[in-house]
Amino acid sequence: MSGRAAHLTLPVSERDHIRGPVDAPLTLLEYGDFECPHCGAAHFVLEEIRATLGPSLRFVYRHFPLTQIHPHAERAAEAAEAAGAQGRFWDMHDRLFEHQDALTDEALVEHAEALDLDVARFVAELTTGVHIPKVREDFMSGVRSGVNGTPTFYIDGVRHDGGYDAASLLRALDAAARAA
Amino acid sequence: MAALQPGTKAPDFSLHTTPDQAVALHEFRGRRLILCFYPADWSPVCGEQVTLYNELVPEFRRHNAELLGISVDGVWCHLAYAKERKLRFPLLSDFEPKGEVSRAYGAYHAPLGTSERALFVLDESGTIRWSYVSPIGVNPGADGILEALEAMDGGRRS
Repeated sequence: MSGRAAHLTLPVSERDHIRGPVDAPLTLLEYGDFECPHCGAAHFVLEEIRATLGPSLRFVYRHFPLTQIHPHAERAAEAAEAAGAQGRFWDMHDRLFEHQDALTDEALVEHAEALDLDVARFVAELTTGVHIPKVREDFMSGVRSGVNGTPTFYIDGVRHDGGYDAASLLRALDAAARAA
Repeated sequence: MAALQPGTKAPDFSLHTTPDQAVALHEFRGRRLILCFYPADWSPVCGEQVTLYNELVPEFRRHNAELLGISVDGVWCHLAYAKERKLRFPLLSDFEPKGEVSRAYGAYHAPLGTSERALFVLDESGTIRWSYVSPIGVNPGADGILEALEAMDGGRRS
């Protein structure tokens, strides 16, 4: 805020879900919401970007559920974490963004079944809310970092205030790579 | 027009939040208050800003702070907007005389005839402790508000 560029306040670490080489030279981080249509659109853009940049990019996803307008977003975030506890975070992440119209509690269990997860464990973790603190920590780290809507992206720890179509993101990533 | 600065006594006001209900600043004495002036209901940037702050109402309350949104929109517009966005805090209508309270805070954008996108954090005695005016098209986020509230927590402890 206050006219200066917003920076990521919680550095990327082993607490995070990381896609691509952990030591990749470029980091793109998203604060997203599984029920947010703009995040759903961005998901497909990101697939294109990861394909274009390959091993030079690591992608990090953190939860930013806007629960008052998206009643299923918080539970969906927990579902992704529950899948993550079984080593399948990204499979669930992709599946949720590809099925944004199916995020009820029943639908989440069906996604777990489709991914062949240990469903009993998955349901138990959602029922007891063991992943709520992690989702909350993600959310508050975003608030602290100046997240002002979903999706909000950070490139190498600096908030990206431009568009999130493929061309805009690639241009910004390219500029960051040159500056590094 | 420069926004009122920290250390200034916040001008009192009474504004309608529904056709038959008004909210006055002095009613919040003893609690902290966040005043969020914004240009208009329904505009996309406001929507994200209001949606974000709506998520943070419990977090603000942890710091003994209430949140009020203020724009020049009429009460019926506010009611429809608050319902659609499921808002958990009141929207105040700076409608008649138009923009009077916004002007008193130095938060009126005359070229557009709307409030600026301006934030004020008031302490328990109604003194402004932090203020910020964002470019009208930029959602300022909530980090500045939380930092201001925490600085006030720290001041109280020491």
